[in-house]
Amino acid sequence: MSANISDPSLLRGMTQRRFGRRDALRLSGLAGLGAALAACGVQGKGTPGASAAPDAVEKFWAGKAKTNKIDFANWPLYMDPKHPELKKFTAETGIEVNYQEVIQEMGPWFAKVQPQLAAGQSIGYDLMVITNSFQFSQFRDSGFLAPLDHSKLPNYTKNADPAYAKEAFDPGNVYSVPWASGMTGIAYDPDKVGRKLTKLADLWDPAFKGKVGMFSDTQELGNFGLLALGIDPAKSTSDDWQKAADHLKEQKKAGIVRKYYDQSYVDALGKGEVWITQAWSGDIFQKNLSENRNFEFFVPEEGGTIWTDNMTIPITAKAPVDAITLIDFFYRTDVAATLAEYINYVAPVPSAKEQIIKDAAKLSGADKTAMEAIANSKLVFPSAAEYAKLHYYVSFEAASEQQAFQKTFEPIVLG
Amino acid sequence: MDRVKRQLAPYFLVLPGGLWLLLFFAIPMIAMLSLSLQQGDIVNGYQFTFHWQNYTDAIDSYHTQLIRSLIYGAVATIFLIVLAFPVAYWIAFYGGKRKSTYLFLLLLPFFVSFVLRTISWRQILTDDGPVLKPLKEIGLLSDSYHILGTPAAVIGGLVYNFLPFMVLPIYVALERIDPRVVEAARDLYANPATAFRKVILPLALPGVFAGVLMSFVPVSSDYVNSEVLGSSSTTMIGQVIQAQYLVNSDYPTASALSFILMAVLLVGIFAYARALGTEDVMKVAAR
Repeated sequence: MSANISDPSLLRGMTQRRFGRRDALRLSGLAGLGAALAACGVQGKGTPGASAAPDAVEKFWAGKAKTNKIDFANWPLYMDPKHPELKKFTAETGIEVNYQEVIQEMGPWFAKVQPQLAAGQSIGYDLMVITNSFQFSQFRDSGFLAPLDHSKLPNYTKNADPAYAKEAFDPGNVYSVPWASGMTGIAYDPDKVGRKLTKLADLWDPAFKGKVGMFSDTQELGNFGLLALGIDPAKSTSDDWQKAADHLKEQKKAGIVRKYYDQSYVDALGKGEVWITQAWSGDIFQKNLSENRNFEFFVPEEGGTIWTDNMTIPITAKAPVDAITLIDFFYRTDVAATLAEYINYVAPVPSAKEQIIKDAAKLSGADKTAMEAIANSKLVFPSAAEYAKLHYYVSFEAASEQQAFQKTFEPIVLG
Repeated sequence: MDRVKRQLAPYFLVLPGGLWLLLFFAIPMIAMLSLSLQQGDIVNGYQFTFHWQNYTDAIDSYHTQLIRSLIYGAVATIFLIVLAFPVAYWIAFYGGKRKSTYLFLLLLPFFVSFVLRTISWRQILTDDGPVLKPLKEIGLLSDSYHILGTPAAVIGGLVYNFLPFMVLPIYVALERIDPRVVEAARDLYANPATAFRKVILPLALPGVFAGVLMSFVPVSSDYVNSEVLGSSSTTMIGQVIQAQYLVNSDYPTASALSFILMAVLLVGIFAYARALGTEDVMKVAAR
């Protein structure tokens, strides 16, 4: 993954206020009201990433003790609803896990927890799974993420795919380790659509007027606008963004887009509100399994995107030791295997594949074929050919660029 | 001493209400006004710089949604009056001893959260839902026909959710009409229609006005109905404000939009009051 915001001091320099609060007051002559108004400023955190401080890890972890209770914030459809992995964890360690599926989209999640984190208060969660997005850099650059103590992560050190430590949004996995990766592609209902779809351009097909779903996340939406025009998001310029936005506006103006969805797109597809929609790879597999449907998912010929959802510990977490123990638990081969078997997203533990094949050998009949299908699934363990079709997200050199991107695509979603 | 007490009494009486307004109206308003003039980003914080550009930028980017909201608000309000008047009229003049029962029935849906009620409409009206699916199966409707996601669905939801706000004030106004006034009109050879037009309607107008005040404002700034029942082409200004606050953490734009909406609604209400010929809006609303 190419560089996100690499140098925090550069980022700070580019986003610094141009004139101070006091200058503005002097200019205004309305010092009285001005003081009242100015007192209402919103505190940012703006502390550069803790990677700058080599003792940050020791400082954070000093004196932290096990509490035997942990609150875990995750996305929906990201674990078997019976939580077998968590039950196993509690049985082995005695740590109770309160698992909540509270994250539906990155923007609202950041907006929800930002005030508490900025005030140094607990957000009620000790572990949260966040995507490599704008908000990941916002979390990191605001100093909201606890630096991970890798000496507490033996399984991760042994089993994780080394490629992940090279990802640009968090090189060396200082603040995060992957939960799962996935692809953004297209899902459709073959019964309604009536033909086989393979192209991104199908999202622009007027035949599906009012039946196409797109994502409300500006990055997901923008990426597809770019890919539809044959532009690689990771290499795109602000001119390209404008072109992509225009292309997406046409799609909207023609009445093709039903709505811009968050995680609720799965439900909309199930209810027949949309026939064809932007989708995340594992969701559709789970939907088919749990409701006995036969929706199709594909990575379009023009390309799709790949992203990583990451386990992170908020800086104000009450039970960081328990949280990091749980993080490492998910890097055990057997646990990673059962998780991948259910969620069908790309597992960050390559050895899970053999484990799944081994598990399959113990089964028979339909269960066995299903399990083997997962081990050989391109969605869980993508092949080189599959990776070739996948693109990384747009990378931003500075916060101002990121804002410009957001402002380009926001009016489409909020149309 | 007694005289001093008596003179001060009104001030003491106004104290709780005054404090309430100060705490929960004036202070948040100042905070929001401040926010609307701030500049910055969420990571580094927002600072107060008299950034009036927030207002012009907000109007530039979101005037479509603002105008759409006002149109939806106006259309919904007209539907509300048309639907609510007969209901209120019937309860007031023909309700008899069961008036309070009927009013209770009218308010009964309010015991369930309106978000839940709106979501249940979505379940009912959804594309493959219990209403549309049978009609599609027998071929009466095309496969891609949908109710949800259209302006009609959003306005329908708004009317449904705000109906009691219109019925109650009209009912109160009609309730107060002395039946003998209507009888007098009949005695003076007015036919029922004329009596209604010349006597009942003018006396009920303050109720209609109060109803418009109580429904047009929340309807125009509503963000739930369009979110649940609408589509990307029915976005209302409330949704934009909500998204700026809760999705993009862009507090200045959200605050600026809130002030713009407030100003537009106030102008609208006063213009309406003038058109109705009522000089003093608050006096009428307070009746």
